[in-house]
Order: sequence, then C-alpha cells, then structure tokens
Amino acid sequence: MSSVAAKAPAVETPFLRLAREYARSRTALAGLAVLILIVLAALLARWVVPQDPYDLAQLDILDGMMAPGSLGGGGWTYWLGTDDQGRDMLSAIVFGLRTSLLVGVVATLIALAVGVAVGLLAAYAGDRVDGLVMRLVDIQLSFPAILIALILLALLGKGVDKVIVALAAVQWAYYARTIRGSALVERRKEYIEAAQCLALPHQRIMMRHLLPNCLPPLIVVATVQVAHAIALEATLSFLGVGVPVTQPSLGMLIASGYQYMLSGDYWVSLFPGLALLVTIVAINLVGDRLRDVLNPRLSH
Amino acid sequence: MLVFILRRLAQSAVVVVAMSVLVFAGIFAIGNPIDVLISPEADEFERAAAIARLGLDKPMHEQFLRFVDSALGGDLGTSFVHGVPALGLVLQRFPATLELALCAMLVAVVLGIPLGLWAGLKPDSLAGRIIMTGSILGFSLPTFWVGMMLIMAFAVTLGWLPAGGRGETASLFGVPWSFLTADGLAHLILPAVNLALFKLSLVIRLARAGTREVALQDYVKFARAKGLAPSRVVGVHILKNIMIPVVTILGLELGSVIAFSVVTETVFAWPGMGKLLIDSILQLDRPVVIAYLLVTVLLFVVINLIVDLVYSLLDPRIRLGGGRA
Repeated sequence: MSSVAAKAPAVETPFLRLAREYARSRTALAGLAVLILIVLAALLARWVVPQDPYDLAQLDILDGMMAPGSLGGGGWTYWLGTDDQGRDMLSAIVFGLRTSLLVGVVATLIALAVGVAVGLLAAYAGDRVDGLVMRLVDIQLSFPAILIALILLALLGKGVDKVIVALAAVQWAYYARTIRGSALVERRKEYIEAAQCLALPHQRIMMRHLLPNCLPPLIVVATVQVAHAIALEATLSFLGVGVPVTQPSLGMLIASGYQYMLSGDYWVSLFPGLALLVTIVAINLVGDRLRDVLNPRLSH
Repeated sequence: MLVFILRRLAQSAVVVVAMSVLVFAGIFAIGNPIDVLISPEADEFERAAAIARLGLDKPMHEQFLRFVDSALGGDLGTSFVHGVPALGLVLQRFPATLELALCAMLVAVVLGIPLGLWAGLKPDSLAGRIIMTGSILGFSLPTFWVGMMLIMAFAVTLGWLPAGGRGETASLFGVPWSFLTADGLAHLILPAVNLALFKLSLVIRLARAGTREVALQDYVKFARAKGLAPSRVVGVHILKNIMIPVVTILGLELGSVIAFSVVTETVFAWPGMGKLLIDSILQLDRPVVIAYLLVTVLLFVVINLIVDLVYSLLDPRIRLGGGRA
C-alpha cells in the first residue's frame, strides 16, 4: 500500500471520519447504494416508470395478466408483467415503494420525537417520573408490536394516516428506552453538572447538552426501525387492516397477487415481495454498519 | 423467594388491571360503544333496550365496574357473526394456535441450537458464514411473504404438501389435534416452519453469541486441556451454559409466537385464534376482538410471570440482587 495515498488529511470533521469508517465495508456501501437508488426511484416515481399505475386512462384491460417480458398494446415491454387490470407491475411496485417508504419513515420520525421527549424527560427528572414512565415502556414492550398495531387498527379503521399512528404508537417505547439508557449515563457526567451550576434552564440543558450526546445509539435504532416499520406495514396491509386499496403499498400488492399465485401466475406477488425484501435488507445493512461505526467501544 | 413471588404477582395484577382499563377506554371512550357492542342491524327499539341493559346511560366509573364485573364472570358479549359467546369462540380456537406455536418453537430449537453452536465454534468457516447470512435473512423476510413462497414451492410447484387448512385431526383430552394423524402432520409442517423462521434466526444468534463467549472461558479451556473428547466439551460444558439465555428468550417469545401466528394462520388458512381475530376485525365483529385481546393479555401476563419465576430459580442472582426486576 502506498503511504502517500493512504495518508489521512490532518484535520478531519467527525462526519468525514465516520464516512471513511463506513466505507470500509463493501457490503455496507452496496447496501447504501441500493438504498439511495430505491429512495430516488420512489421520490421520482412519476418520471422513472413508464406508466402511472393509478391513472385508469393509461391502463389497457386487454393487457391484463401478461407474463413478464411481454410486449404490451402501448408498444413497450412489461418487464415484470401486468396484473389483472393491465397495470404494469414495475410501475405499480415503484409507486407501492413510495407508500411503503412514506409510512415507514413518517411513523419512525413521529415515534422518534415522542420517544425522545418522554425518555429524556424520564432520565432528567428521575425518581418517580422515571419509574412510572419506564414501567409503562416495559409493559408495552412485553407485548409484540404486531398485536398492539392490530388492535389499534381494529379500533381506528383503515387508512395511511391510521397506519402511521399505529406504527408510531408501537415504536415510541424503543426510543424512550434507548435514549433513557444513554441519558442516565450522560447526566452524571461533569458537563451536565457544569451546565446545571450555570443555572441554565432545564429545557436548554436537555436539548442542547444532553440530547446531542445521546444521539448515536438512537440513530442506529431508528435506521433499523424504519425497516421494521416497513415490514410491519406490509404485514398489516396483507392482513387487510393497513393501507386502503386506492393507495397500495408493497404489502397490499403482494396480498392482491396472492389469489393469482395459486394458479401459477407468480409475478403479481413475487416481484413486489422481492422489492420489499431488497429494501428491508438494504436498510438493515446500513443500520448494522452504522452501529459498528458509531459504537465508540469498537472504533478505538 | 416468597417476597419475590408476591411482588411479581402484584406486578402482574397491575398489568392486567391496566390493560383492562385500556381496553375499556378503547371501546367506551374512543369509539362509540353503541357501534361496538350492538349489532349494526339492530333497530331503534333494540338499541334503546340494549343501551339500558348495558348501562350506557350511567356515569363512566359505574360503567367500568359493570364491564369488569361481566368480564370476571366470563361474559365478553356475543359474537355478531356467529351468534355464540365471544369468549367461548376464542377459547375453542386456542388449541389449534397453541399446537402451531409449540411446533414452531420445537422447530426453532431443534434446528437453531445445533446451527448456532456450529456457527459459534467455527465463526470464520464457510458454513458459519452461510448460517449467519441465513439468520439475517430470517430476520429481514416478512413472515407472510415467506409463507406464500413456501406454499408456492412446496404446495403449488412440487405438490408435496397441502397448501392450507388443518387436515385430519384426532381427539386427545376432548380436543382435536393435528399432530396425531399423518394427514394433520403434513398440514402442520409448512405453517410451523413458516412461523419458526423468525425464532430460528433468534435462537441461532443467541446460541452463536453464547458459544463464542463460553468457548473462551477457563473451564472450557481446562476441560479441553484435561483431554476430554471434543464432543463432550461441546455437549456438556458449552451446551449447558448457553441454554439459560436460550430458554429464557424462548419462554418470553412463546407469547410473541402466538401473536405472530395471526399472520401464519391467515396465509395457511389455519383455523386458530389469529385467523379468528383477522376475520372478526374484517367483519367488524368487535366482541370477538375484545375477547381475543383480553385472553391474549392474560396469556402474556401468565407466560411472563412463569418465565420470571423459572429464571429466578435457575439464576439466584436475579432473586437475591434483583430489587427492581
């Protein structure tokens, strides 16, 4: 190895150091690349795919249930086949991906905000507040996420917003527990004591001093939880209590292809499933690598 | 020890009370209880009679007491769809779910511990890497999709196993079981494997982590130095010591397997509690949903209690040091 090329620059921002550390794993880089592609495709859905799958004017019922690779009436090829209404599966998958990602990310952000607020408050207030909040978290975490989500959706009904609410309600406890764990360690350190001696307002100490130092484990949990949220949403939609038919996610697409699968028309279900799988694995790869990179015990 | 048990019992009671308050709040405060408890087909007169009978004109705390009272008496309402008591309906479906869950646990342990041991003893070997990659996939793949792929492969394409249902059952203690007949067993394999997949990945990871840790301990080195056969070192010295976390997690996970069987049962049309729950949600049969919820909560509390007690027997540190377990 040539020593000149390998030499690191003298001054390095923490972000650059993390990025360099991250890039050491080829698998994680590949995961990140795939994830970026997926997000871009979902964001630019309308311009990426040949057809708007939910504009009925663009659908040709004569092209229904065509096998992957068939040439359609519109003069272009259905690379992943079509469903019973002549909808191009590739287009449907990219649009479905958009719903799945939207639900997963928004639910995670809401849960993150609630969990961080509650967890920080518990750790900072200590004693009775802490005991009460953490007991609540323990109880909630002793029930499987899918059960709580199912019950909430049974009460709330269908809809993208309701799924987001249910997923956020399921997830907040993870963040509360994670941030409380690190906040309890941090708040005994000297810089917090110093801030308290300066008589800074509690809110400022929590937000500007405590929070930034508790972030790394939270980022890891949040990344992995997005994947969990997407998988859970797909499961709920498959069970028929998730997103409505008018705004199908990947799970919904898989569910609607289920009936054709038993008669051998595999593509309506298989390809959305593969898209879901690739998305989840990519997010998990990135999350795993972030955990290694952000863990101070492993890096020194 | 007695203090520990008493404290743990009190805690479980608090959870049950808290959950029933939540369920009550869910039905009576958030939704409109009339929609929940009275069939939508009822006419004005029936509605008025039912409101009076259910005491919905009474203040909230009195309503709550009534709810608790009838729930304690085992009365959770009558199913709109089936016209029979909801609780009985849920309990009747319970054996099918339990059978599926236990079989899935069996698959997870019987396959997971040897695989995890192997991966832990030879972490850098090809087999070890394949096992770990497989376990990551097991965590990532959504259960319902794997179930569909299993049906696609083994039922539709190969035609080896049936795609759904419970098959022929035989009666034991007055309850029908599938595992007692060859046909039932054939129906059981795919759903059990499907449900086991997630726990299998978990067991592999636990066993691997435990093995790697235990294999470095002095007593294992000493056993090896003593010239014991490798099979004895692995089978006795290592295996015994990785079992505690595995057993604990499995106990705790039994509840989650029962909850996740909702998905597997739906995919494989397995007539258990989970399928009943989904059907009831889709048909707005809310008394059954409530009955399922309360039964499951109780089940969870009991499982968690038993696991904690067994664990405290296995590991004295918990009960001696554990003020806040």
